[in-house]
Amino acid sequence: MSTIKENLKNTPLYNKHTALGAKMVPFSGWNMPLQYTGIIAEHIYTRTKAGLFDICHMGEFFLRGPASSLELDRLVTCRVDDMPPGRCRYGFLLNESGGIIDDLIVFKISQEEFKLVVNAGTLSKDRRWIKDHISSEDIFADESECVAKLDLQGPLSAEVMNTFGLEKVTRALKRYWFTYIDLAGVKVLFSRTGYTGELGYELFFPANDAEKIWDLLLGVEGVKPIGLGARDSLRLEMGYSLYGSDIDEDHTPREAGLDKFVFMEKDFIGKDALLRQKERGQSRILKGFISEGRRSARHAFKVLSTENNVVGEVTSGAFSPCLKRGIGLCRVEKEFAAAGTRITLSDGKVEIPAAIENIPLLKHGDNWQSG
Amino acid sequence: MVPQELKYTKEHEWVRVEGAEAVFGITDHAQDALGDITFIELPNKGSDIKKSDVLGTIESVKAASEIYAPLSGKISQVNESLTDKPETINFSPYTDGWICRVALADTAEQETLMSAAAYETYLKESHS
Repeated sequence: MSTIKENLKNTPLYNKHTALGAKMVPFSGWNMPLQYTGIIAEHIYTRTKAGLFDICHMGEFFLRGPASSLELDRLVTCRVDDMPPGRCRYGFLLNESGGIIDDLIVFKISQEEFKLVVNAGTLSKDRRWIKDHISSEDIFADESECVAKLDLQGPLSAEVMNTFGLEKVTRALKRYWFTYIDLAGVKVLFSRTGYTGELGYELFFPANDAEKIWDLLLGVEGVKPIGLGARDSLRLEMGYSLYGSDIDEDHTPREAGLDKFVFMEKDFIGKDALLRQKERGQSRILKGFISEGRRSARHAFKVLSTENNVVGEVTSGAFSPCLKRGIGLCRVEKEFAAAGTRITLSDGKVEIPAAIENIPLLKHGDNWQSG
Repeated sequence: MVPQELKYTKEHEWVRVEGAEAVFGITDHAQDALGDITFIELPNKGSDIKKSDVLGTIESVKAASEIYAPLSGKISQVNESLTDKPETINFSPYTDGWICRVALADTAEQETLMSAAAYETYLKESHS
């Protein structure tokens, strides 16, 4: 079997990962650390202590100028015009059919400056789309190459940041807000956002300082590096969608159960299609599931009803280290979407009994043991 | 260096022959390639298996993989502890992570297995 050797990009932290013995894998055109010690250990560590993730591969776009707020409001589904500076919002770029081009977070820096954080795999597509749909390319800048992003996530993240004298900041910063901090002379955009469901932060700063900030944070006692493998199982326990697996251009936010991130009281690309869909209704919806046992279903497994009819398909599946069961997301016919509905997940060879469950799959009160 | 007293297959299973019986498992190379093991479908006690038959399935965080019978025989014991703690295979692939014990159908069949030295050479060559 021949394999095509991809021209993979390295983040500024590549040497750090290899020095730590990370298993590197291709991800969206980048050479990324899948794991350092083990996916399950890293997952549990993030849920109990504090983990540091290299997320430099994601994209950072800027929209600047007096027209930016208005233009952005027409492009993204979240409401932009009433955002105070320092606020972040999650939303989507939609195509004319209401399908999701990408999911992203909008950061309002000022009335005339916005940052968009987009997925690595959709970066060029997003950039092309935005440039084609704004009145002047002058307002747009793709600064992904010069911005480094690190995620610090876990119950001890605030304490970690407090070792740098940031108690006032961590005490005041609410979820989906950001501020600027100084770390060893580096100006960092510090947001209380993340993809794990734990207390945590995302740090954005010049790419040239990537190794310095990585070392600084890893130097705090109790912080461990976490790979993309654990990042995936962590987000799946929360029921967060992953672009390309659970959401894509062929499905609308409503079909993903994410219409709360669409502000319908404004004009934006794709709105008409969403209105038409709202009228027609749609047959399938994205829901979580939990297997009866440890077996994991994977993307494209069929969802079977108790009568053995195909009623859906798995979009994401993995093993949950906290629940010690297989979990995932699936697109399923509405009649079978109620929490508790029994299903079988099958790839034609393996049959996994499971049940539909509302997200998050790992509930706040769940008593799980790290042993 | 792999345990020198064991025998091996190209599919990264190991065999410990004990007279007319043998114990099977997967090698350190296999557990490392799989990553954290999350589930194992153990073979049934009492079932007859033939060399190269599918012995069971292992699921890891990354993927599902089949394990193959290195030798033919009747399964006399399975490592039940792996049902709740399949990760034992990751931590201890050659001892606590044993998968099953078999009454051999033909003790001469073990000649088809690789020695520790041959397996080590095989590993080196597959990585070049």
